[in-house]
Amino acid sequence: MFDTDKWQEIFSTIRKNKLRTFLTGFSVAWGIFMLMILLGSGKGLQNGVEKEFESSATNTIWVWSGQTSLPYKGMKPGRNIQLVNEDYDAVKSSVKGIDKSSSRYNIWGTNTLSYKKQSGNFNVRNVYPDYGDIEKVKIIKGRYINQPDIEQFRKVTTISTQVEEALFKGEDPINKYINVNGVPFKVIGTFTDDDNNGDDNMRLIYLPITTAQRVFSGDNRINTIAITVGDATVEESKLIEQSVKSKLATLHKFDPADPRAIFTWNSLENYQKVMRLFSSIRLFIWIIGMGTIIAGIVGVSNIMMIVVKDRTKEIGIRKAMGATPWSIISLILQEAVLITSFAGYFGLVLGVVVLETLGSKLESPFFSHPSVDLRIAIYALLLLVFSGALAGFIPARKAAAIKPIEALRDE
Amino acid sequence: MIRLNGINKSYVTGANKLHVLKGIDLHIQAGEFVSIMGSSGSGKSTLLNILGILDEHDTGEYFLDNTLIRNQSETKAAGLRNKYIGFVFQSFNLISFKNAMENVALPLYYQNVGRKKRNRIAMEYLDRMGLTEWAEHMPNELSGGQKQRIAIARALISKPKVILADEPTGALDTTTSYEVMQILKEINKEGITIIIVTHENDISHMTNRIIHLKDGLIESEVLNGKDAMLS
Repeated sequence: MFDTDKWQEIFSTIRKNKLRTFLTGFSVAWGIFMLMILLGSGKGLQNGVEKEFESSATNTIWVWSGQTSLPYKGMKPGRNIQLVNEDYDAVKSSVKGIDKSSSRYNIWGTNTLSYKKQSGNFNVRNVYPDYGDIEKVKIIKGRYINQPDIEQFRKVTTISTQVEEALFKGEDPINKYINVNGVPFKVIGTFTDDDNNGDDNMRLIYLPITTAQRVFSGDNRINTIAITVGDATVEESKLIEQSVKSKLATLHKFDPADPRAIFTWNSLENYQKVMRLFSSIRLFIWIIGMGTIIAGIVGVSNIMMIVVKDRTKEIGIRKAMGATPWSIISLILQEAVLITSFAGYFGLVLGVVVLETLGSKLESPFFSHPSVDLRIAIYALLLLVFSGALAGFIPARKAAAIKPIEALRDE
Repeated sequence: MIRLNGINKSYVTGANKLHVLKGIDLHIQAGEFVSIMGSSGSGKSTLLNILGILDEHDTGEYFLDNTLIRNQSETKAAGLRNKYIGFVFQSFNLISFKNAMENVALPLYYQNVGRKKRNRIAMEYLDRMGLTEWAEHMPNELSGGQKQRIAIARALISKPKVILADEPTGALDTTTSYEVMQILKEINKEGITIIIVTHENDISHMTNRIIHLKDGLIESEVLNGKDAMLS
């Protein structure tokens, strides 16, 4: 099978039939190239969305209050629900399956932060220590809010690097005091927080919720409850969400079926929904990719048919000169395999190059790092080479069966 | 060298059955120079194809060099062709994308002779045909006479026992035709059996024996005394 002489025979045939070679090669290269682009874009899309979810824990349930919309036990609809510390404590102690939890108290209006002569308007989030894990805050210097801060009502704050830059201008902020709406808080740490929706998560500082409620006369009001559900399944997580809702319904006396009294956002459920969407998209891409490959195979077999027809006379001559049927089959087959593998490899490399160069330019919230599993690409290539060989085999066998006398009959 | 006993051959085209050869008995000695003549449809090309193991006969016996040729596999037929028979065709049948030397060397490729060696041998045969300087040229750059001489060199390179020539001068002018016949004659003198199919009287008269075919039967055989004396 592998003798250099045969390869030389094949190479000289290829060299002298450039157009034919090009056409065969092109359909194969194009098939693989398109498959690479398709798979790569699909992966890029998925990466982008997954990154979107990475910015906060993917197993979080967020709860915030609204207005009742259904009458309940003689009370009219339209009541405002105000969540308080006791709600949070009750949820935390009575609902099973909660991993991490925090309530959040927002100070409305603009909050002026200042240090020496620098000042700026930023958001202030007042939370429990767990919140850092829920939001996936990344500590750069110092530490996040901790339990003693909460218990002892410490006036401490963890600030974003953006705030640090705006107020401290390169000075080390740790253990310095900044004014929050006129009240001094000691900086205990700095953080960064990825968020693809602009820099919302960076234009803020964190305070211990107990301190903030006391200092900014928040009493016991809270705005949001966030809990994580560990490695619960979607069903379990929905159950937890439901029991949080009904607990709050009992505490605030509203219809548990009321859709507007309490709002929830279950990121696990949504995450899984999107992931399910992606597996459908992946399937879809595979179907298209397979279609492309099949089109490539059909193209190759078509061309091989023409090649054999084209070479009928040559095959007749070869047979008259003593070529065995097998030598004819292997000549045509090896040529087909050679062309498909080279062209396929070329398409593969081209696909990777295009993905790499275009990919970095197309970086956006929903598109990131398009890449192809090289293993899959190589399987696809092998499949194509194999099918090319198979596609070549049928006409090659036909060619080998050509009676020399028919092939050589003068036109 | 060649012995045919009652060779029959018919072609089936659709519902029609065409009986082309109706019992050919023929004996050709080693070293003979024979021409087969006949009008078109007389079965001369079919006979040549059977002799060349390019086609199979239906009934009868064919001995080539005392080997019975009958229903052999394609692979075996290919081996026999390569070993015993050299072909020369009317339309030359050179491979268009190979140069003169590579065309001549082709039969040796199917004898697994290495590339360098077969090209060297091909050059020797081209030299015999006086075509050394055309070795690198492609067939479409050559004249008909040159192409036919290359085809003859190709037929000779495998050192066959028999050369079968189907209208070897059919596509050539008179002068070139005579040159080609002269070459075939010289080859015959070396002891190679040559059988040519032709419908030109002057060509057939350059051979030792003329076999006339008519309607699938041998009509007459003429020993060409004049040429026999010359040789």
